[in-house]
Amino acid sequence: MATFAELLEGPVVAINLGLSMFAESLESQGVEVVQVDWTPPAGGDLELAELLDQLL
Amino acid sequence: MDIRQEIEKANEEAVRRMVQGEPVLVDIAPAGEVIPGMEGKLVTHAGPPLPWKEMCGAMKGAIIGQVLYEGWAQSADEAVALLERGAIRLEPNHHHQTVGPMAGTISPSAPVWVVENRAFGNRAFCRQVESHQQFGNYSEEALQGLRMWRDLWAPTLRKALHHIGGLNLKPIITQALQMGDELHNRHSAASSLFANAMAVAMVEADLPRSELLPTLQYITQHNLIFLGLAMAAGKALADPAMNIPYSTIVTAMCRNGVEFGIRVSGLGEEWFTAPAPVVDGLYLPGYRAEDAGLDMGDSAITETVGWGAFTIGGAPGILSLVGGTPEEALAYSREMRKITAATHPVYRMPILGFAGIPIGIDIRKVVQTGISPIIDTAIAHKEPGHSIIGAGLVRAPLECFKKALIAFGRKYQLG
Amino acid sequence: MASGLVVRKNQYYDSVFLMRVNRRLLEVRGVQRSAVLMATPANKKLLAELGFRDPQIDAAQPIDLIVAVIAETPQIVEEVLGRLDEWLQPPEEGAAETRLHRLEEALARKPNANLALISVPGEYAAREARKALEGGLNVFLFSSNVPVEDERRLKEFAAQRNLIVMGPDCGTSLLGGAGLGFANAVRRGPIGVIGAAGTGIQEFTCQVHHAGFGISHAIGTGSRDLSDEIGGLTTWAALEALENDPRTEVIVVLSKPPGARTLSRLLARLQACPKPVIGCFLGVSSRDRPAGANFEIVRTIDEAVQGAIAVLTGQRQPFPLELSPEERERAAQEKARWGAGQKYLRGLFAGGTLCYQAQQIFQGAGIRVYSNAPLAPVHRLAHPDESREHTVVDMGDEYYTTGKPHPMIDGTVRRERIRSESRDPEIAILLLDFILGYGASRDPVGDLMDAIVEARETVRRRGGALTVVASICGTDGDPQDLALQTGLLNEAGAVVFTSSARAALFCSELLKQH
Repeated sequence: MATFAELLEGPVVAINLGLSMFAESLESQGVEVVQVDWTPPAGGDLELAELLDQLL
Repeated sequence: MDIRQEIEKANEEAVRRMVQGEPVLVDIAPAGEVIPGMEGKLVTHAGPPLPWKEMCGAMKGAIIGQVLYEGWAQSADEAVALLERGAIRLEPNHHHQTVGPMAGTISPSAPVWVVENRAFGNRAFCRQVESHQQFGNYSEEALQGLRMWRDLWAPTLRKALHHIGGLNLKPIITQALQMGDELHNRHSAASSLFANAMAVAMVEADLPRSELLPTLQYITQHNLIFLGLAMAAGKALADPAMNIPYSTIVTAMCRNGVEFGIRVSGLGEEWFTAPAPVVDGLYLPGYRAEDAGLDMGDSAITETVGWGAFTIGGAPGILSLVGGTPEEALAYSREMRKITAATHPVYRMPILGFAGIPIGIDIRKVVQTGISPIIDTAIAHKEPGHSIIGAGLVRAPLECFKKALIAFGRKYQLG
Repeated sequence: MASGLVVRKNQYYDSVFLMRVNRRLLEVRGVQRSAVLMATPANKKLLAELGFRDPQIDAAQPIDLIVAVIAETPQIVEEVLGRLDEWLQPPEEGAAETRLHRLEEALARKPNANLALISVPGEYAAREARKALEGGLNVFLFSSNVPVEDERRLKEFAAQRNLIVMGPDCGTSLLGGAGLGFANAVRRGPIGVIGAAGTGIQEFTCQVHHAGFGISHAIGTGSRDLSDEIGGLTTWAALEALENDPRTEVIVVLSKPPGARTLSRLLARLQACPKPVIGCFLGVSSRDRPAGANFEIVRTIDEAVQGAIAVLTGQRQPFPLELSPEERERAAQEKARWGAGQKYLRGLFAGGTLCYQAQQIFQGAGIRVYSNAPLAPVHRLAHPDESREHTVVDMGDEYYTTGKPHPMIDGTVRRERIRSESRDPEIAILLLDFILGYGASRDPVGDLMDAIVEARETVRRRGGALTVVASICGTDGDPQDLALQTGLLNEAGAVVFTSSARAALFCSELLKQH
């Protein structure tokens, strides 16, 4: 948990969900980042995904 | 308590039960003597329930073989006529605390492995493993293997087993997992360890040479003999984890060649099914992918308790099943950790730094990640009358897990 | 001295593994001797030799595990044997070896994370953003096609938790020098910027850098934040943060014209800001709207840069933009080479805001321009692929990017369009923008170079000359090498600017002289 004000004080510690080039560019700037190879939740079934949100 | 906490608590309990099981081989006895409900003209089979007319070729062939083996019919045609009339009952093995490889057929006179879970007192059963009749081959030659088992090998092993008062399987399983077995398709180490233990027992039991020698030959040359024991052990370990309210842990995965089915602890004995998938396989000479039937057998009970393809990273001997490189095999084992609740404290894989095997498939995680349990399996022909034709890898259909999750939401009254 | 032992029934472990456990036990301070082994007859004998005697040992079977410890105090013995499961647990595998698939896994691995960058498909983006906010993360939401109700709910939820949602459809932010999304290597300094459009922020921050000044933070809000449906929730949060940020001395707000209700609220908010504010709402000029002593409204990004610098230095720069005599001379030379019938401008933009700004400059110069993203509906192209008279095309528009990479990443679509434009005998000017920085193509100019050379050759063979006007948005710190990219364009005979507005102004000059 860090408020936006705290984020601006830095340093940025990022989680990148999706396009890996964004993580790579952060890494090249020396920013701490962890890449998540995201896949659609519940195989893309949003109703199931909502159910999962309650269960997981 | 929040539903999430209820689930976590229930899953911890389910995994605790699976992990604490102590499988011991206590008997090798005719099914009719030991399996609950194994009475009259009953053939039990692999996978979720299915009527005769919907069964696949290999399953039909194996059931015909089982009927002929019992002497309920004198010819295949006669057997089919009986089956079509419903004169022979067909029920899933899993409804009888039992499992069987491939078609998995069992009838009353067939001896089965009897494994007792000493930690919980429950028993589970599995049939003999061979590579002909259970794949749908009902020829005289194929049935000869069943008769040898019934008349010579099983009774001899039974005497030796009684002499030593049972055989603890946990040490064999633990060692075998560290010797390159994954306990579904590779049992070279476990079968040797089992043969070692039984050889001494047979000699000590002072059996006649005419029984001792052929049985010794059988167990020392059958490098999949332990599959029957692993499956019975797997079933014995998984059953105590059934029926824990709120648990989302899978307690059985099985296939009948037409449908793939799973059971989930918090959802009791209901099957959640989807069409059986095609196996991505390697074939014996003379067979091709077009010949293959769909995924079949109760043997996925091994993956259910964390063996088989879940621990294939530890089984370099069958790397060719997964594409050939250790990295690919390891990737499967790592991937399975994402959909399981825990790692086993005793069953470990040296190649992953002695990490415990992934155990306790959580349907929530499967649906969430879209990562389906991976299974390594043998392949039967789509038509009746053939022996084993190949082996390969298959993913459990995601659909089963989605259906189970929806049922879970309904049962526990969630939007 | 104290000793103790534990026997675990029916737990087999490989002996080499147990030796490793034993070695770890021996590293514990105060442990003098330890033995971790299976209770085989040989091992039992060994235990006796080590001085461990106990009826439990005698009763143990070869498949039972024994852990025995001799240590300085009973507490240490207790400590070791009480945590047996931990000792038997192998060290976790290296973190890098396992790939992560879910936000929750990443949060577990990086509990100190303070920001999530989300670029998953739009229909899932709100769900992931919500989870990120619940996990205490600020959100940079690159994804587009997020429903407006979801955007509103996310931003309201973020506001309750003092977090921010930059986006959806947010291309660029610079937080304390860290460039998120598409961003340039820009010097740090006292200018804070809030922007609705990514290329707008890039253009602004690069020009600040060229002028020798720097950026404290650049906060992207997403394209819809100042619409009346959203009402500027992110802009307000960003303003408050920059007001409180000690590094920020002047605040610049960049946007297309906000929604009518939001604009009046915003103007009031900006007038009340304790720090000097420059507002640049492409199309809203200070003649239309009131400004205060501490608050100024400008029309172009370049003017916003000048305004911010003027605040810092206390020195007024010449407003508005003008070309230098040399640039006018160059325009005349270019024009002199045109053949008969060459008269039209064709602008192919990678940056949407730059395309929008160019149209305003042309409109201001009285030049009618058609576009697939026009200022006024009457100037919309019948088909984005078919230019008409003077045309500028936003090639980052959905029509071009659905299922295909954005022109900032890949030159294929623009290359094709340059070729087809060059076949039009009426084309006189090819206007291009090149955006450098993190996330952009490794060689934006190189990607189009063949097509540019070919187009010039095609026009030359017709007896005319194609004037190529280019703007580069980038800094000397960007990974693409600004000098090299500029050099390539100069070599190809292009007229190169570091400001997109000036490039457009140069084109106006060419067209006015017609």
